[in-house]
Amino acid sequence: MPAALSRRELFQTGGALVIGFSLRVKLSRAQATHGDGGAALTKPLDPSEVDSFLAIHADGSVTVYTGKVDVGTGLRIAVRQMAAEELGIPVERIALVEGDTGLSPDQGGTGGSTGLTRGGAEVRQAAATARQALEKLGYRPGGDIGSLIGGRRFNLKVDPKAPLQDPANYQVVGKPLPRPDIPGKCTAKGNYIQDFSLPGMLHGRVVRPPAAGAKLLSVDESSIRAIPDVRVVRVANFLGVTAPDEWAAVRAARELKASWSDWQGLPGSEDLERHVRESPVERDQVLTKADADVVAPAAAKQLSATYFWPNQSHASLGPSCALADMRPDGLTVWSSSQGTHGLRVSLAKIFGLPEAKVRVIYLEGAGSYGGNGNDDAAADAVLLSQAVSRPVRVQWMRQDEHGWDPKGPQQLLDLKAGITEDGRIVNWETQMWLPAATAGTRPFLGIDAAGLAQPHGQNAGQIAQNGDPPYAATPSPKVTVHWIKQTPLRISNLRAPGKIANIFAVESFTDELAAAAGVDPVAFRLRGLRERGNDPRALAAVERAAQMIGWQPRPSPNPKAAQGGLLVGRGFAYMRYKQAENYVAMAMEVAVDRAAGSVMVRRVACAHDCALVVNPDALRNQIEGCILQTLSRTLHEEVKFDHSRVTSVDWGGYPILRFPEAPSIEVALLNHPELPLLGAGEAATAPVAAALGNAIFDATGVRLRRVPFTVQRVKAALA
Amino acid sequence: MPAFGFQLNGRPVTVDSWDPAQPLLYVLRNTLGQHGPKFGCGLGQCGACTVLLDGQATRSCLLPVKSAAGHAVTTLEGLGTPEKPDVVQAAFIAEQAAQCGYCTNGMIMAAKALLAKTPHPSLDQAKQALAGNLCRCGTHTRILRAVMRAAEGRA
Ligand code: FES
Ligand code: FES
Repeated sequence: MPAALSRRELFQTGGALVIGFSLRVKLSRAQATHGDGGAALTKPLDPSEVDSFLAIHADGSVTVYTGKVDVGTGLRIAVRQMAAEELGIPVERIALVEGDTGLSPDQGGTGGSTGLTRGGAEVRQAAATARQALEKLGYRPGGDIGSLIGGRRFNLKVDPKAPLQDPANYQVVGKPLPRPDIPGKCTAKGNYIQDFSLPGMLHGRVVRPPAAGAKLLSVDESSIRAIPDVRVVRVANFLGVTAPDEWAAVRAARELKASWSDWQGLPGSEDLERHVRESPVERDQVLTKADADVVAPAAAKQLSATYFWPNQSHASLGPSCALADMRPDGLTVWSSSQGTHGLRVSLAKIFGLPEAKVRVIYLEGAGSYGGNGNDDAAADAVLLSQAVSRPVRVQWMRQDEHGWDPKGPQQLLDLKAGITEDGRIVNWETQMWLPAATAGTRPFLGIDAAGLAQPHGQNAGQIAQNGDPPYAATPSPKVTVHWIKQTPLRISNLRAPGKIANIFAVESFTDELAAAAGVDPVAFRLRGLRERGNDPRALAAVERAAQMIGWQPRPSPNPKAAQGGLLVGRGFAYMRYKQAENYVAMAMEVAVDRAAGSVMVRRVACAHDCALVVNPDALRNQIEGCILQTLSRTLHEEVKFDHSRVTSVDWGGYPILRFPEAPSIEVALLNHPELPLLGAGEAATAPVAAALGNAIFDATGVRLRRVPFTVQRVKAALA
Repeated sequence: MPAFGFQLNGRPVTVDSWDPAQPLLYVLRNTLGQHGPKFGCGLGQCGACTVLLDGQATRSCLLPVKSAAGHAVTTLEGLGTPEKPDVVQAAFIAEQAAQCGYCTNGMIMAAKALLAKTPHPSLDQAKQALAGNLCRCGTHTRILRAVMRAAEGRA
């Protein structure tokens, strides 16, 4: 039984003593499931078992266990709705335990919009299996589930064929039920990792080097003598401090004098595009091949263009935080990691512990949008706890998060295509330069500094998808990826990995072709979609977004752009996420101040088809967030670095979107309850940059091919 | 240890701080158990740590505890509870105006300060009042709807 914490351990680690209210509820529920008061957490975790996902209590309430976590995304309500629908009980009767490796089955990390497609779907199938079994005992929806099985286990395998509720009869799925976490978040009753504490805990801070590859030469502990009760922890090049008082730890980390070796191994962000183009390529991969025997009709015009997307930070509003309690008999870690099960395996290996002795418990943090600094902070906390033999809470400072979170990758794309006399696409070719994925997990910063052995994998997710247009083209488009061996900064998956930049390039270039053909951009896309597959859902999305914004057919740029000192225009983009999932079409209205270089997005219209909608309001919240966050990434965000380190280490150096820039947003959900649901945590990000670039082109006649569209860059482009 | 007295949500409190320059935020969170205000940047750039100081929206990450002495501090805890939220909290809940919610404290406190001064702000005034508060999740439009809703007294 992995991670079976004894009752004593639970109490010692504070599991049931001082932790936040809802976790206490979770744990006592978990204990109640075996009716032994928690003598041992021997709950099954195997994802093939119904009992791994569900526990039905004597009072008829239910606990659902999921390995997927809610990172501010609404998963909590959506998974409850899916389970409630199958079990025939109200959502209020369901409690959720997320991402606790001692209680939740491993359902893979929370990423790639798999929270519901895998996480929710597995829970649903377990619930359907449970209902099948309960019906044999005479259960009818609304009946007393507790008296039938309350407090006992099903001891059943999940039946992949257990029938699901007919979508036509859905009572709970599809309703805009409010999220259970929001009242607490608005009244200081949230249950954030940052608010969590353990008895006897020390506060920890890590002192990062002034250059990414610098070695620690010496530390002058006398420099912080005046700060009370500080312990300095040094393990090879890992330098940290602990103190009972958090402010003491903050000041000590800030004031501790240390000398480091010089290191200048980075190319600098100023010259990143050239650096990427000249970087050694590990291998070329042809993703989609042009059909060799098809001869393209003659092109009337040939176009080519280069697009570039810089490194970006997850830039979580609250810096990463974790608590670790390393004891002789095992390790407990509290973390907002999006992959607690994976983190557990990694930490067990690094610290030489059997996996059964390591438990990682998820607590919500600030939104992470992929692999931010959370896992690194967890490793920092373990290192410090091990050194001081006390539970340690580590919270990164702002410069740690901006400076050291693994970054979204830089992406370079060359595109070329021709356009025929009658406006059809020929000989489309995309070339991408992307950081190669390598085997193994991402190295933890602190572990590297401490000189401990660990894997050094590199992976930023499925970053090569959506490099080809979804429109008819002759021959079919060719996409080649040049996988680059090394990349300057540590990288990880950042929301909609790779797709935003690829679609920025593909959909901007599509707009370039439409403009070259003198055709309205929406009409150009509609014809391209009709002539390639004629997918009614694609057409519906495009038509809906165009209608929502009041699209008037005409070619770009806008002949009447000048309006009261501003240049106004509209832009459009469409994509099917991963060429296989959600359909999203987006239209935007912008006003550009030529003199100031500022871009104001006035309106955004989005038509979104993710098949079955589980909770329309939680989904809208996600879509609106996708749009606003990606406007921010497109307008403002670029990680700056010199030859030694990241230099954009606060909100001044790495600005994000502000309230005065928030446009009005209209979202249409194209619901298909009869179809299997698709994840929706990131798809709506993907067309945003392209729609914005296309709108700026419409307004100004100038094509922006490099993000972010900062005031300086827009000004220079319009000069 | 030097002691500092102030009003917290209407009650007098006295706290010890080994460093009079310790930012109020740490005192609120660690000594007084006020978890509404959040550490976001410690630099006065994001607004996550906002409290009301004598009714003014104030960044507690920059305010030394000694400067809070003798003043009235209101935190998110001082407004209402999940069962009895105050009008701004209720409007945020009704509009479901949070994703991760890490910024929510600052948004609600800044909105409180705005509405105290300008009970019926225009949308532009609301945007300006929140211009110094960052939201990374992109909840801006919902937050603005919540502020306007609170101004209309619709809970
Ligand atoms: S934490 Fe105070 S402004 Fe950011
Ligand atoms: S809701 Fe996450 S930062 Fe605003």
